[in-house]
Amino acid sequence: MIKPKVCILRSAGTNCDKETAAAFKLAGADTESLHINNLVNGKRSLADFHILALSGGFSYGDDIASGKIFANELRFKLSDSLRKFIADGKLIIGICNGFQILVKSGLLPGGTTLKQNTSLIINDSGKFEARWVYLKPGSKCIWTKGLKQVIYLPVAHGEGKFITQDRAGLEGLKINQQIVFQYCNAAGRLSGYPDNPNGSVENIAGICDQTGRIFGLMPHPERHIFASQHPRNWNKKLKIDGDGLQIFRNGVDFIKEKFVYITGRGKATKNGAKNVCKKR
Amino acid sequence: MQYKIEVVDKPGIFDAVGQGVTRDILDLGISGVKEVKFIQVYILEGNLAIGQVISICQELLTDNVAQDYKILSSQEARGLAFNSQSRRPMGALAQHIIEVTYNPGVMDPVEASVLKGIQDLGITEAISVKTAKKYIILGKLSLSQLRTISEKLLYNKLIQHIVNLRTPEADTQRLPGYNFNLIKVDLLSASSARLLEISKRGQLFLNLNEMRQIRTYFRKLKRNPTDCELETIAQTWSEHCYHKTFRGNIAYKESKAVPKIGNKSIKNLLKSTIMKATRELDKKWCVSVFKDNSGIIKFDDQNNICFKVETHNHPSALEPFGGANTGIGGVIRDSMGTGLGAKPILNSDIFCFAPPDLAFNKVPTGSLHPKRVMKGVVSGVRDYGNKMGIPTVNGAILFHEHFSGNPLVYCGTVGIIPKNKSFKQTNQGDLVVVVGGSTGRDGIHGATFSSGELTHESETVSSGAVQIGNPIQEKKVLDTMLKARDLNLYSAVTDCGAGGLSSAVGEMGSELGAKVYLDRVPLKYSGLSYMEIWISESQERMVFSVPPKNIDKLIEIFANENVEAAVIGEFTGTKRLELYYQDNLVCDLDMHFMHEGIPQIAKKAVYIQAKHSQPKIPEKKNLTVDLLKLLGHYDICSKEWVVRQYDHEVQGGSVIKPFVGIKNDGPSDASVTKPLYDSNKGIIISNGINFRFGFIDPYWMASSCIDEALRQIISVGGSLKEVAILDNFCWGNPDKADRLGGLVRAAYGCYDTAKAYGVPFISGKDSFYNEFNVHGKSTPIPGTLLISAISVMEDVNKAISMYAKEAGNLIYVVGQTRDELGGSHYYDLYKALGNQVPKVYHDQAMKTFSALSRAAEKGLVSSMHDCSDGGLGVALAEVAFSGGLGMDIFLAEVPRVPILKRNDTLLFSESNSRFVVEVEKLKQKEFENNLQGISFGLAGCLTSRSNFKIYGLDGKICIDTDINSLKKAWGDPLKW
Repeated sequence: MIKPKVCILRSAGTNCDKETAAAFKLAGADTESLHINNLVNGKRSLADFHILALSGGFSYGDDIASGKIFANELRFKLSDSLRKFIADGKLIIGICNGFQILVKSGLLPGGTTLKQNTSLIINDSGKFEARWVYLKPGSKCIWTKGLKQVIYLPVAHGEGKFITQDRAGLEGLKINQQIVFQYCNAAGRLSGYPDNPNGSVENIAGICDQTGRIFGLMPHPERHIFASQHPRNWNKKLKIDGDGLQIFRNGVDFIKEKFVYITGRGKATKNGAKNVCKKR
Repeated sequence: MQYKIEVVDKPGIFDAVGQGVTRDILDLGISGVKEVKFIQVYILEGNLAIGQVISICQELLTDNVAQDYKILSSQEARGLAFNSQSRRPMGALAQHIIEVTYNPGVMDPVEASVLKGIQDLGITEAISVKTAKKYIILGKLSLSQLRTISEKLLYNKLIQHIVNLRTPEADTQRLPGYNFNLIKVDLLSASSARLLEISKRGQLFLNLNEMRQIRTYFRKLKRNPTDCELETIAQTWSEHCYHKTFRGNIAYKESKAVPKIGNKSIKNLLKSTIMKATRELDKKWCVSVFKDNSGIIKFDDQNNICFKVETHNHPSALEPFGGANTGIGGVIRDSMGTGLGAKPILNSDIFCFAPPDLAFNKVPTGSLHPKRVMKGVVSGVRDYGNKMGIPTVNGAILFHEHFSGNPLVYCGTVGIIPKNKSFKQTNQGDLVVVVGGSTGRDGIHGATFSSGELTHESETVSSGAVQIGNPIQEKKVLDTMLKARDLNLYSAVTDCGAGGLSSAVGEMGSELGAKVYLDRVPLKYSGLSYMEIWISESQERMVFSVPPKNIDKLIEIFANENVEAAVIGEFTGTKRLELYYQDNLVCDLDMHFMHEGIPQIAKKAVYIQAKHSQPKIPEKKNLTVDLLKLLGHYDICSKEWVVRQYDHEVQGGSVIKPFVGIKNDGPSDASVTKPLYDSNKGIIISNGINFRFGFIDPYWMASSCIDEALRQIISVGGSLKEVAILDNFCWGNPDKADRLGGLVRAAYGCYDTAKAYGVPFISGKDSFYNEFNVHGKSTPIPGTLLISAISVMEDVNKAISMYAKEAGNLIYVVGQTRDELGGSHYYDLYKALGNQVPKVYHDQAMKTFSALSRAAEKGLVSSMHDCSDGGLGVALAEVAFSGGLGMDIFLAEVPRVPILKRNDTLLFSESNSRFVVEVEKLKQKEFENNLQGISFGLAGCLTSRSNFKIYGLDGKICIDTDINSLKKAWGDPLKW
């Protein structure tokens, strides 16, 4: 069977690539951990993949600002192939530092404009914090399709406070249903610190672009794909799977539906076909 | 052309740095500061057009949503001397500007990143970048207050300086070049006095015997040594690298201590205690012990795991952030340098500080305040561990005034490594390849420096020993070396730690000999002499032994991810260490003399058991206040402020986390980690440390530390089937008989206890000379032993956590409580020590441990918590408030020795091998059947109310409170 191909794009300082790969594999994808140099120097091409995953870490040490230098590499070195990748109807997910990269590159919330108009700045607590948070879903994002219940994931970041350039920007996100997750308490009610660990406006934990195909969030779904990772469910008394797994399944299933099985629909499916050939 | 750019948060954006500094200024006891504003400064040099500078600002240096930028003219760009700062007369609210930048030659990782970012914009004209931090302090401050703030909070003169009118060029100053000049040291004609002077002057920390030995060696050769040869020997023979004390001869005397070790002359303390236990236990799952950079044990059929714990005390005393930063960086490299390279999967960190509320006048001259030290150390560990993507899952923090001049910073790393990659073998003809960071002047003399006492002058004398880490550099090396490892491209690898290349190449080539061309070592900047290159302890470097046929492939792999790798020599087979600089022979030493030539040292050790006054504490009816006070004791209280700053989830393997409970904020015992995504097998990590017992008897301190580490493993559902332990001794000056006497007793305590429990030592480390010397008067730290334990768990789904699970469940106390308040935290509340130090009763303890792990295995246990600091009372409270449930306890049911008649003794004695266990009513019978022949008592039960009640031996209530008050008392003290 053909599996969707995920590119987990690394740079110096990326450090959640392995668990992100594990999550996508569990969801039924093939993954490749690729250093960004290979795209910049043209040795490899984004076109060979269906999903681009920017995982967590400290790309380039978060020097200057978190995700900034990686984001600029995307903007100034890979913009064409990125625009094409998005135009082909493929998927992008950015987790933690990956979300910071998507925001600083302007891929979120604006898509291909590549102009930054939102940001993730230092937590109100003034420090890096690792804790588990409850998240309230609600958007048109394909990555969270079918998610109705509050889910439980860990955060671990120092610069996760989401802000928009202006009021209008925030309203836009609401109107276009681009707010994918909001921090909340166990009961799903919006509340303050520490339920909202960083002071994000409107408790925003994750957003998507207008197509719902580009998705970024501060919490780590890849760190809750097994029961054993849950602080109170390592013995599987509450449930079998981790809450984060569904997100990866959604991405993989979307690709299976759109690319891998159906043929004769433009360039993207040629890649699908190319994969078929590769497999044989 | 020079441009100075200032980046500042937009109005309304929370200035975290500024706010933090404002808080810290209050901690200094300085009020009257209204606000601190932080500004990030970049100084660009190069033939840049203003348009280019503007786009650099807009596209790279500024977050347009949150920040504004300003490009200053070269005139404004001049920093202002902070002693001519006050824009208005003192008294009124003045604006004080302090701008801090790194000293020339100190590595600032941001510079490289900014340069890369500029090139990504397609701008190639920038040649250099410097960064600076500018603080605008608004408030009523005297000059001396301003100076205090600057020196205590904003900069450390070892690595930074204040940009200042008098040195306008300081921040762009270039370092001088270097012209070769071979330096020889005249030993042949040197008198004994002269020999000692040479040792002292050169910070070699070699004693007269050793200097004489070296003189004899060179007299045979009929020539004087070069400075490089002398340094190489000093480093190889340093306490830090050779462990002279543990390997030397000790004449030991003791008086009326129990158990008796007896007066004896000890040949090699290490071999006759620590290593002896391992040899005699001879466990088949021990893969590599005391050989490599860390100890290796079996994990599963494909993989082994390795564990190493290091200390980085002296550097952390001088520069807390940099010291701890490079400490954790170094121990991570130890696991990267184990076998052919292990993948680090978790860290553990244990610290000892002086109390954070220590009065400023009690801080020794030349030392930093403990709160500053603690904040710096925690940030250092956070920065490096988080950026490497290694979860920090286990740790402890303890406090005592005698750590004020000399804190302890223990950093440990566990790695996982394929079975067939667990051993290394350097071959003749292999190339010497140095990989990773370039070499600079940082960390000169670290190895020898840690072999002497700190003094109030250390910060000036040994400033070179301070280093700054660059975790991303090390992460790059890790990512690439694992690729190279799996392609079998090299035959051996080790890390550059203390002693730098000298130590790394010296060790790798000890059998074969090596030839190194020092001018081929990549440098951070010009001006280093051949000798500085050789002994520099610049961070993030590894040395590989590479067969020539693989070199191109290896270098390509590193280059693909921007990691520098340089061939600097070869392993020869001449059994000599030959160093060249621009074709000049600068060192030619016989490897055998280097590694075996050190004269056996003989030291005296005396242990006289001190008699401490026994506190007279009146028996009280109500002990609620004492329990609350104990929960608030710095050793016992919540360390959440620290632990939350460490990422303990990265890599996705964390099962039993540092914090557990319904609100994830209860104190976990051991940590459980699941390193593989496709297997339920787990790794348990725990630690035991309690220097207070050592004040009474180091033998029982050691014994208790091992017991503590093991009972934590039992508490999370582990067993003693496969447990290995590590010893880390931090001690005073071993040349002083009384300090060494205590060490000997501790070592024998280690042997007896490890042997009895069947847990081998697989690695260890010692750090001596932990004394702080002010104007001739030397204070040793409390002799401190850290025992770290590692164990393999078959199925993490069977792990147990410490917090109360369900109202109605039964609470058992397992294990005997004895009249052992000596060294307890309860006595510490009364500033007393006592003499009844807790002992370890191995036979009973073994039965208890195995019975409880059987019960856990069978799923009979809902929660389990070990009793340690603060005794049974604290353990019960922690179980209750972590689970958010009330508790009723009846002390009359708690197993105890007959002579024990007081409630406070029963509640707060810190006797070893005891547990609080929660069991469902339905499982009561089966659980009790499992505990046949073990002292246990059904002491009470959990309630859905929040009341926490303990009924005394007389049946009358002696503790009456609720879990919220308990949790508050425990949670507040270190909530910063």
